[in-house]
Amino acid sequence: MSKPVLATTSLAGCFGCHMSLLDIDERILELIELVEFNKSPIDDIKTFTKQCDIGLIEGGCCNSENIEVLKDFRKHCKILVSVGECAIMGGLPALRNGLSVKECIEEAYLNGPTVGLNTEKILPNDDELPMILDRVYPCHEIVKIDYYLPGCPPTADLIWNALVALVTGDELKLPYEVVKFD
Amino acid sequence: MNKNKKLYFEIDGKACYAEDGQSVIDAAKANGVFIPSLCHVEGVKAAGSCRVCNVKINGRNMTACTTPVTDGMVVENDIPELNELRQAIIEVLFVSGNHFCPSCEKSGNCELQALAYRYQMLVPRFPYEFPIKGVDASSEHIFHDRNRCIMCKRCIRTVTKDGKNVFAFNGRGGEHLHVVMDEKLASQLTEEEAQEAMEICPVGAILKKEQGYLVPIGERKFDKLPIGSDIENK
Repeated sequence: MSKPVLATTSLAGCFGCHMSLLDIDERILELIELVEFNKSPIDDIKTFTKQCDIGLIEGGCCNSENIEVLKDFRKHCKILVSVGECAIMGGLPALRNGLSVKECIEEAYLNGPTVGLNTEKILPNDDELPMILDRVYPCHEIVKIDYYLPGCPPTADLIWNALVALVTGDELKLPYEVVKFD
Repeated sequence: MNKNKKLYFEIDGKACYAEDGQSVIDAAKANGVFIPSLCHVEGVKAAGSCRVCNVKINGRNMTACTTPVTDGMVVENDIPELNELRQAIIEVLFVSGNHFCPSCEKSGNCELQALAYRYQMLVPRFPYEFPIKGVDASSEHIFHDRNRCIMCKRCIRTVTKDGKNVFAFNGRGGEHLHVVMDEKLASQLTEEEAQEAMEICPVGAILKKEQGYLVPIGERKFDKLPIGSDIENK
């Protein structure tokens, strides 16, 4: 039987969850025996080349590109997992949810303390750039998400246990120390 | 077990004894049974505002903090129906405020978070509201962050300066209702009193200034053992 195929991505995240995945240490050798990677920053495959079994989503949706990637993942993955607080509830990027997009853009490009070099007061408006959404959305408000792994980041053990449980079909055990929101 | 206590009652079939007038939640604690709560403070008049301590008393849903024990009372506490209800209430509290655990100084010592851990909330079933609420940093020793307030009224009932309430409800109903801090009274609080105010808050709405993240991850109150373990393992 061929190995289950795994895809991962970081949307509006910090790559901390991917770092936590790498934090499984030498078990990464087992992981490579266990699954085949497809689209993922880990192997740098940029576009899906086949249907996948499991998709790990880090980060919520803060712009139109995030939405596109997330929908692409839903289309290509049998099981989607929200990994980390940002994917689950927007996380720190969602701290902007009480502010208008105008306020955010102006703070970032005109009024912030570190934007002195922007003397021509240019706001990003290239067609190539993804549009900023009105607020940051948790992934499950955009597509159906099958499982959730909380944490900032989720511990390496939680990600590892969840992956093994998904691949083997065994029940996922959630010991108290492993599930944390920070 | 202390058999000198007057009233006999049962929680989930366990024989318990209570003093006359003792609330179900306090009596449960004295008998080594944990009933979760976010608004109850022992020794302070119960508010019954968070509803997390919902138990079934003689078959009816009642709040354990506002109900005194009566002789022969039959209480159901740790049953799937109630735990499911409690989890739902906790999830409502998570989505109706702005609870960014990773950036909160109270994380690890937060009772709302601890109950979410205990009842294994992985994601709330309700949509996030992301309400717009204010932060009041006017006091010398206290940050008052209403984004995290769960309206438990603990601070309103306990934090006082010379008999005057430092915190109070303002506005009526729905989005208008919120807790305000009396700037003048709050500024008169000593550092110790500010620390007490922070500890009385079950979440991170009241924080003492200039001392964030004092305890490292792994050593905080609820890092290793679920909330209530101290009562159950007594």
